[in-house]
Amino acid sequence: MNSNDIDKIELSGTKAKGQRPWFLQDKQTEQVLSIAMALATELAVTRERLATLEAVLQQQHILTADAIEAYRPSSAEVAKRSEAIQQYWAQILRVVQQDKEALSAGDKSMEQLQAELTSR
Amino acid sequence: MSQNKTLPSWRALTSHEVMPEANHDDVARLNVLTHLNYHLGSRVLPGVKQAFEQHVKPAFVAQQQREPETRHEIRQAMLQNGYFQFWSALRRSAMEMRHQTGRIVALRQADALSAQVAALNASAPHSLALDATVQVPANISEVDIHCQPGCYYQEYFEADVTVAASYDVGLFVTTAGLLGGLSDGGGQAIVNWLALQHPDFKPKRILDIGCTIGHNIVPLAQAFPDAEVIAIDVARPCLRYAHARAVALGVSNISFVQANGEDLPQFADESFDLITTAMFWHETSHSAMPNILRTINRLLKPGGLTLHLEQPQYHQMGLYEQFIRDWDTYFNNEPYWGPMHDLDLPAMLSQAGFNAADMFDVGVRAKVDERIFGKREAGESGEDYGRAPVWNAFGLWKKP
Ligand SMILES: C[S@@+](CC[C@H](N)C(=O)[O-])C[C@H]1O[C@@H](n2cnc3c(N)ncnc32)[C@H](O)[C@@H]1O
Repeated sequence: MNSNDIDKIELSGTKAKGQRPWFLQDKQTEQVLSIAMALATELAVTRERLATLEAVLQQQHILTADAIEAYRPSSAEVAKRSEAIQQYWAQILRVVQQDKEALSAGDKSMEQLQAELTSR
Repeated sequence: MSQNKTLPSWRALTSHEVMPEANHDDVARLNVLTHLNYHLGSRVLPGVKQAFEQHVKPAFVAQQQREPETRHEIRQAMLQNGYFQFWSALRRSAMEMRHQTGRIVALRQADALSAQVAALNASAPHSLALDATVQVPANISEVDIHCQPGCYYQEYFEADVTVAASYDVGLFVTTAGLLGGLSDGGGQAIVNWLALQHPDFKPKRILDIGCTIGHNIVPLAQAFPDAEVIAIDVARPCLRYAHARAVALGVSNISFVQANGEDLPQFADESFDLITTAMFWHETSHSAMPNILRTINRLLKPGGLTLHLEQPQYHQMGLYEQFIRDWDTYFNNEPYWGPMHDLDLPAMLSQAGFNAADMFDVGVRAKVDERIFGKREAGESGEDYGRAPVWNAFGLWKKP
């Protein structure tokens, strides 16, 4: 058996079992904060990739800014990028995915679990 | 601590054969999140104390005509404070991003990882014993501890090791690399302490309970190459991965066994010289812990040592520190963290049949390569409580 049957994108962002605390006065605001933090992370990752790219380009004198503008990805590359972008949005919207999972998870609160763990 | 300390890259981790491969952007993401945690711990968290001292406590005193008397009163009051709310929201979000990042890396190569782990395990079939009859105990099946989806035990397909691999990838992010190249600072701390304090102690049989991916038992197996080491856990993916990881690291004297530490009938009375746990008790329960302690007492040879790495008990610290360390209890899916740290450990040991007067408590610290991983002391300003490489070890020598 292998991992063909699992949805890796959904699974990578899946909710941890246990009721999630919301700290801000308005839950949606906190979800937006979480999205902003994920975006900020991805922007920093992109910056780092660009920095690597620039360094490599400088070292090898092989590409110019023109070449980047003129470049057209192949259909195989378009497909690869499409998958990457799907993972990208799933990452940014993790908090919404997990809230969706919470709707049917029937999670117990830490207080409930604590009562159970300390009474048994 | 200089606020602009350079943190190591995730790439500074020692590579081993079963560690999932991280690409350029994975590494960048792991590093960005590591820096986010460091930023939250060193620059945002000190504000939580200020919010308490300057706003929340005075307001509490004005209203109640007394100071808060428990960490729970502090928590209830702080939950109304905007700064605490925001820090908490950021910290929770950072933890969720750590797990998602580790899982992306592990899931992407799930089949390759499970194949590689299977091949390594097949090369040493006698030192891995899985047992499908072992049930996952309620203390970890009811909640995904520290927000780790799938906890330690979930398998998404047969022979899956995703949760274990993702744990190995992500640990660095929470500890900012302070556990060293193989995330084994805890195990190294035990080895270090034994070498300094008890150089003549040469255990022949060692048991580690709740070994997870075996990262902290490997240094002990290496320090005592002639010893027979048995590392148990209930979680299959972790055991598979731990065994393959040990084999890949060239360690052949550890047997990984799927078993519940509450009852280990397969092992004879007084058959181990050293029994350890690392960061384990706070993930058990009021019923599991006495059972496991009784088992340890039964299995330990007279003259043997049992040693446990944990965070310090709450009674040793002020209320604010208790409150801030207790964050994980309520907000990071660690419901037993607080209750465990309230326990009277000597009383627990004594109920398990030990002589409580023999118990000792000692601070041990990781001995990692400071040139790469830097150095941080406990109690240093900006310590992210509960996440520094300094532990409180308790234990006892069983009277011969
Ligand atoms: C926090 S982890 C321990 C971490 C590890 N020892 C280290 O050095 O960092 C707790 C581990 O204990 C295991 N566990 C929990 N209850 C157990 C039990 N009753 N018997 C054996 N293992 C157990 C879990 O599956 C998990 O892998």
